[in-house]
Amino acid sequence: MSHHKLEVRNLHFSYPDGYVAVKNISFTIHHGESVGIIGANGAGKSTLLMLLMGVIFPDNGEVLVGDVIVTKKTLPMIRQRLGMVFQNPDDQLFMTTVYDDVAFGPRNYKLSEKDVEGRVAKALELVGIAHLKDRAPFKLSGGEKRSAAIATILAMQPDVLIMDEPTSALDPKSRRRVMSLLKSFEHTKIITSHDLDMMFETCKRIIVIKEGEVAADGTTAEILTNVELLERCGLELPLSFQNCPICGASKK
Amino acid sequence: MTNVINSLYNMRLLDDLARKETSIHKLHPLVKLITTVVYLSVVVSFGRYEIGSLLPFVFYPMLIIVLAELPATPILKRILLVEPLIIGIGILNPLFDQHTVLFFGMVISRGWVTFLSIFIKCGLTVAASILLIATTGMERLAIALRMIKIPKIFVLQLLLTYRYITVLIEEIYGMTRAYSLRSPGQKGIHIRVWGSFAGQLILRTFDRAQWVYQSMSLRGFTGEYNTGDVPKVKFKDIVYLVAWSLFFIIARIFNIPMLIGLLVTGVIK
Repeated sequence: MSHHKLEVRNLHFSYPDGYVAVKNISFTIHHGESVGIIGANGAGKSTLLMLLMGVIFPDNGEVLVGDVIVTKKTLPMIRQRLGMVFQNPDDQLFMTTVYDDVAFGPRNYKLSEKDVEGRVAKALELVGIAHLKDRAPFKLSGGEKRSAAIATILAMQPDVLIMDEPTSALDPKSRRRVMSLLKSFEHTKIITSHDLDMMFETCKRIIVIKEGEVAADGTTAEILTNVELLERCGLELPLSFQNCPICGASKK
Repeated sequence: MTNVINSLYNMRLLDDLARKETSIHKLHPLVKLITTVVYLSVVVSFGRYEIGSLLPFVFYPMLIIVLAELPATPILKRILLVEPLIIGIGILNPLFDQHTVLFFGMVISRGWVTFLSIFIKCGLTVAASILLIATTGMERLAIALRMIKIPKIFVLQLLLTYRYITVLIEEIYGMTRAYSLRSPGQKGIHIRVWGSFAGQLILRTFDRAQWVYQSMSLRGFTGEYNTGDVPKVKFKDIVYLVAWSLFFIIARIFNIPMLIGLLVTGVIK
């Protein structure tokens, strides 16, 4: 695993209809950091992720992976190092078997079929679904699909894992499983979610986005306990920090 | 609405069947592709009035269904799906071609013979194509097509269209469900909303297709659909190809049912 950082410099992006989604965002993420990006709906989180991955390109500013700027030319190299798990696993799983889906990325990088097999086995083992390798993705449950989608990215052995809402639409047990999976990864992680309790457990650092700008950037403990900041940004305290719903007693 | 979901499962049935591991499934995809092409060419090469000689060709799909352990009913259903089209094409033949012929002791219009011949040919060719997919799978079929130098772009188009159909069906399912839940007592979709329904559907599938494409390109997709190692053609693959091709050619040259008939009547005499 390389020890490179991910740097975002004065990023600015507007959609063709003129809507400015990202305004002058800058931050640096170092190797091994786990960073949560939070914000209300429409704050610009998903656009920011798309900019990081080079799916869209900024009007101004740049994204650097290590010392390499994300441009059309550098995309193949960048995408080998950044792996993104989509919010909807159905968008990510399109082959006829889980195995072929997980093998899709490594095969695109022209690895030998023996290496591909090794990587697929390892990735499926890591997310705990080795027994599902010959199943058709559409027949899996929500939690299994999510694990398979994560495996498709792990098989590419990226340096940085980017996840859009990894715990959305999961039942409590599957959510807990995905969370412990996330905690076990040593990759650099960038996670966006509205599940602030999950963020509290899996991320060390939080960046709050409000109307396309960075509203705050600090440690998780500092940000997720700041009621005033969270409310200003259309969020609220993680559920586990809120008062008891029955007796109203404060947990603080 | 259940129809939509059924068709989704039906579509994927061929993928499921292709994952079996029988001796037929294990054959090299190229060999199966060529055998099917030979079969199709030979079957369509028969003249309009040669029904009897077509009969030995039923043997091929039947044997494949048995050897590949495929369920016969769903495959027959798929063949029948195409037949109405053929009936539409051939039904006017009896009107145009009114010469009479003796057919199994009955005097009928020659048009009926040509109609029956089209009907049988269609059944056989569709069966062979379905069996090719059900025993090979789209991905491995793509490998075979690339091996015979079909341009990359066409193969990719074929594979992605095949995948895209399921995306389209899923979107139709989502939309019809949302529609029917808010329109109690209504059958189907009202004609007034057909326009916006179709428009929405196309926008939604574009959107989905774009997500799928993005997820593919984020995993290094650059236009080449890599489906793993290409297996080597083995001796048994060649035997399979040669044996079937010989059978097809012999059955093309000699009218086997007539020969058997002659043999039997000769023995009786």
